[in-house]
Amino acid sequence: MTTLLWVALPYVTIAVFVLGHIWRYRYDKFGWTTRSSQLYESRLLRVGSPLFHFGILVVLLGHIGGLIIPDRWTDAVGISEHMYHVIAVTLGTIAGFCTLAGLAILIYRRRTVGPVFSATTRNDKLMYAVLTLTILLGLSATVAANLVDGGYNYRETVSPWFRSIFYFQPDPDLMTGVPILFQLHALSALALFCVWPFTRLVHMLTAPVGYLTRPYIVYRSRDEQLGMHRTPRGWERIS
Amino acid sequence: MRVMAQMAMVMNLDKCIGCHTCSVTCKQAWTNRSGVEYVWFNNVETRPGQGYPRRYEDQERWRGGWTLNRRGRLALKGGGRLRKLLTIFANPKLPGIADYYEPWTYDYETLTNAPLQEHTPVARPKSLLSGKDMKISWSANWDDDLGGSTEHGDQDVVLARISDKVKLEFDQTFMFYLPRICEHCLNPSCAASCPSGAIYKRTEDGIVLVDQDRCRGWRMCVSGCPYKKMYFNHRTGKAEKCTFCFPRVEVGIPTVCSETCVGRLRYIGLVLYDADKVLEAASTPDDTGLYEAQREVFLDPNDPRVVAAAEREGIPGDWIEAAQRSPVYALINTYKVALPLHPEYRTMPMVWYIPPLSPVVDVVRDTGHDAESAGNLFAAIDALRIPIEYLAELFTAGDTAPVDAVLHRLAAMRAYMRDLNLGRDPDEAIPARVGMTGEAMYDMYRLLALAKYDERYVIPTAHAEQAHNLEELATDCALNYEGGPGMGGAGSGGGSGPFGEASGGANPIAVENFHMLRQRQTADHPADPADKRHRVNLLNWDGKGAPAGLFPARTKDDGPEGNPPADSGDAGTEPKP
Repeated sequence: MTTLLWVALPYVTIAVFVLGHIWRYRYDKFGWTTRSSQLYESRLLRVGSPLFHFGILVVLLGHIGGLIIPDRWTDAVGISEHMYHVIAVTLGTIAGFCTLAGLAILIYRRRTVGPVFSATTRNDKLMYAVLTLTILLGLSATVAANLVDGGYNYRETVSPWFRSIFYFQPDPDLMTGVPILFQLHALSALALFCVWPFTRLVHMLTAPVGYLTRPYIVYRSRDEQLGMHRTPRGWERIS
Repeated sequence: MRVMAQMAMVMNLDKCIGCHTCSVTCKQAWTNRSGVEYVWFNNVETRPGQGYPRRYEDQERWRGGWTLNRRGRLALKGGGRLRKLLTIFANPKLPGIADYYEPWTYDYETLTNAPLQEHTPVARPKSLLSGKDMKISWSANWDDDLGGSTEHGDQDVVLARISDKVKLEFDQTFMFYLPRICEHCLNPSCAASCPSGAIYKRTEDGIVLVDQDRCRGWRMCVSGCPYKKMYFNHRTGKAEKCTFCFPRVEVGIPTVCSETCVGRLRYIGLVLYDADKVLEAASTPDDTGLYEAQREVFLDPNDPRVVAAAEREGIPGDWIEAAQRSPVYALINTYKVALPLHPEYRTMPMVWYIPPLSPVVDVVRDTGHDAESAGNLFAAIDALRIPIEYLAELFTAGDTAPVDAVLHRLAAMRAYMRDLNLGRDPDEAIPARVGMTGEAMYDMYRLLALAKYDERYVIPTAHAEQAHNLEELATDCALNYEGGPGMGGAGSGGGSGPFGEASGGANPIAVENFHMLRQRQTADHPADPADKRHRVNLLNWDGKGAPAGLFPARTKDDGPEGNPPADSGDAGTEPKP
């Protein structure tokens, strides 16, 4: 069971996440979009969306800091465990609550604004459920473990396990003693990454950072074939 | 000198009768799909009026186009790259659907299935966004022919600018129509605003297009375009815009809006321009200098040095020849009667307009004077300051001198040609008063009044040695696109891909329209009925038998045996008339 949960499942998730994105990018570039609903409603969106997105970006940075950077490195630059902990918990909790508040506003908007609700697909609903669950579990793990219980050092268990997966020397035993909320959070995150390539979340992978460096006006030569006619696969011209 | 070719258009506003045929045929050809119900690549606005979307010209609010920053350099009015990325999660300058209008249809089904009642049943308007009942309060041409202008005439942005001097003398401005398409600018701010780099200007013909595979729906182009000719398809989550009918233009036929124009007021042709001078021209310090600056960017296609430079840039010989015959170049630079729309947005627009003289003529005629006499018309142009200022706000950033000059030239042509048509000796003093020769005036008259199809539309075909694949040449099966029925795919035409309705490859619009039309003709519901695939097309029904789907499925409350009278026998298969 431990091996299944903490070795097999992560690798399956990575495979689905990577291959899913490659497949989607090759065959569904047209569907690769944010599917923004701002046209329908922008008063609630203007509050909720930045709150959620900036919140989740900080949360992402926090996860990179907590999971990928080993505690040896932070020790080496002179950040003590306690200091790290205080920073992580404060920043994480604030960002987490911002994200959750933003998400709550967005979900409320999605349900109550008629056109937005009509434009919501089943796929979106599933994505919202998994995303909300993951964020809720993550936030409650942080709050429960650190504020109520007085601290849990995941950098000795969860983080090494996370890194061990990418070294291809997975160590599932590290996860056995971890508090249940952290375990559930990790599992729901795995589920989120599994559905990720098949939802609108793909827009994150094409965050337009290239805009900062490219020239303003893009010139492109006309496509080989004229009109909107696309040569079918396998029938390319030889010339 | 870096010579580039640009496909451009001129519209002669004197001839526009406001029939909206261009809008309707354009919509049938390009935006006849769900998700783009509110999208009008071509629309005709009544001036004075608010335009579409409402008050789009108010750039203090929408912040579209370019502006000069404190150092006098060209910058996006809506903010630079970093600002765009920081506001990407909620674009603060995006027009909402209310600024356009909420698209609707009518619940026609109640007309046929309402129970017997005292009053005639009514087909209620249903929102195409939420499917709910709605109250129609605006549309793409709600203020057509000045409708409702006593209520909201003061909402006209252009009028507001000139009425600082003249307090809303609404009836002193005259009414005319302004058809608008995408300007296919030389310096497109929509492309500059696109974070993904999906919007590009084609090097061959300058047409500005959106790559549907690269667009990620960040919506910055909608804010960036000062003409608000970028539209967001709310179904696919991608931006769409006027394509200058590129599949048609590539094979040498004019755009749908031009082809179907009743007044024959549109001219299409090539303009050669110096790409190296665009930025400098767009950075002209004075707004009123932009019209002249843009004209100087254009190159004279008859100049041997320009021809040599164009050949060096690889512009084909027949394109250079087409540029020499271009009616657009002639109207802009030879006769100088065409003016750009809102040059002050600094995007270097490439759809130009000949301002209307006919309202001036009408005013003169209404006063009982000779409306064909040059002297009377010149005097009227000089007297009618408010309409002229209005035109100047539209076409020359407020500088009335170029508008005056154009109207004088048109008035002179009118007077000069009357003498010719009546068999009198032409008065060469008339063209001389506007700095033209009689011969040039006659040529201009020919181009404005008589020009036939192949003179109005001088469109060289695209050079791709793949004639078989040209969209509008029916030598190939139209369904042979990737995943289409011709390739064994479903060709679901507006149906759902695996990840929601927008996913899967984009169907060619011609194919999608075909499916949409067919589905609409067989549908009873405002939006996608669940059982549409099982419906029967009555046009194909031979009147015999009742194929499955002819009648809606029976529900339980229909009672046993349903409603048909008892003597109808086997009602399920043999309906009696």
